[in-house]
Amino acid sequence: MRVLPAGPGALMVEVASTAEAAALYAAARAADLHATDVVPAARTVLFDGVPDRSLLEAWLRSVDLSAADRPVAPGGVVELPTTYDGADLDDVARLWDMTPAEAVAVHTGTVFVVAFCGFSPGFAYCTGLPEELSVPRLDSPRPRVPAGSVGLAGEFTGVYPRSSPGGWRLLGRTDAALWDAEAEQPALLSPGTQVRFVEVDR
Amino acid sequence: MTVAGRSRSLRVLDAGVLTTVQDAGRPGLAHLGVPRSGWLDPAAATLANRLVGNPEGAAVLECVLGGLVLEASAAVTVAVTGAECAVHVGRRAAQHAGAVSVPAGSVVSVGAIARGVRCYLAVSGGIAVDPVLGSRSTDTLSGLGPAVVTSGSVLPVGPAVALPSGAVAAAPVPGGVTVLRCTPGPRYDWFTDEALRTLATSAYQVGPDSDRVGLRLDGPALPRSVTGELASEGLVVGAVQVPADGRPLVFLNDHPTTGGYPVLAVVDCSDVGRCAQLRPGDEVRFRWP
Repeated sequence: MRVLPAGPGALMVEVASTAEAAALYAAARAADLHATDVVPAARTVLFDGVPDRSLLEAWLRSVDLSAADRPVAPGGVVELPTTYDGADLDDVARLWDMTPAEAVAVHTGTVFVVAFCGFSPGFAYCTGLPEELSVPRLDSPRPRVPAGSVGLAGEFTGVYPRSSPGGWRLLGRTDAALWDAEAEQPALLSPGTQVRFVEVDR
Repeated sequence: MTVAGRSRSLRVLDAGVLTTVQDAGRPGLAHLGVPRSGWLDPAAATLANRLVGNPEGAAVLECVLGGLVLEASAAVTVAVTGAECAVHVGRRAAQHAGAVSVPAGSVVSVGAIARGVRCYLAVSGGIAVDPVLGSRSTDTLSGLGPAVVTSGSVLPVGPAVALPSGAVAAAPVPGGVTVLRCTPGPRYDWFTDEALRTLATSAYQVGPDSDRVGLRLDGPALPRSVTGELASEGLVVGAVQVPADGRPLVFLNDHPTTGGYPVLAVVDCSDVGRCAQLRPGDEVRFRWP
């Protein structure tokens, strides 16, 4: 764990893996720290709006991430009904050296956990695929990816909450509502949420 | 024209170049990918609220380069602060950075900005559009919050809660070279020593593509010592990020919550607000502690 500077009111903590970042975020949430924003990412957790840095640094010294096992939020597994007709399904299957049906079976057979959100409100980076199934982003992003598109990039899978440009490889689509700014919990998927994709014909 | 009980509102006769509703924004939701948003020049915006007797967090109009014309449905008090501009009620000149009484049915016009970029118009009672995630701010990056103000729209105004203060305070709009105090950012060690010296000693010019997301700067390149790809990580307001094209940018309130380019420095939050008033071509210098 390495503490990096991020201005007078913030600290960035760098860790060894996405799992450690998720564990640190979960620990921070549980500890109810004084920070306006705690922002997990792939290898870091940003603590922003920190009134007392020495207090936070002392807490960081006390945190044990060695037992980092994908921490999950309460609330069970969110199931996303998904139609696997994405434009990149065949390419992903080729990259994985399997048939498209087998690729779908891998994706539906994995219980993912949201490591962090970013890119746009409610866009969740879901982890759970083994490292050897990482896929590169598209060389050139699509100018428009429809809302509900289910994609892969690097070690992550995710769903576009709304239509936007995007470079993720598309496996399919879901009509689940990923984002509702009027709801008490606006994001269906937030850090720690468990996710399973369930194949449907539609 | 006025009818008893008629709701208080401002009809937008001309929205100018870009006018948005802003308050203190949506801090605390960055872990969901929600930008902070909110007024770019908090000193000017909160001054406007104080002048008209509003609570500090009431929603105001943030107007880029002026040209805003409004008709008040009921008698209200307004104050225009921030960037320097002429203010009129009907044909009568009114004070900039002062409490201005606007009779029912009168037209308030904000002239072209003479110095600075963004002026703030507060109205007694505040702009009362529906909040989204606890804020009335328009987030130009994610699209959250009310739509950008357009000509012809009608903005609801809340009930006035206190008497206008009437006090006048100087509107501090920077002139000449702006010095932004900064400290090292999380990835300062991804840059050469020369890059740190360059940032601390060079003049940068504000680029024409600057907006609420960031102040984009032109100037000497900032060479990196680590050239690998950075996994996306959280961003703070004031982060000085150096993207692939080498042009540094200072992230402002509508910045994305995470970014994949290294952050070399962080501008002190007390100086970030000054970025709101910088025009394309204005000179910026960074000062290290």
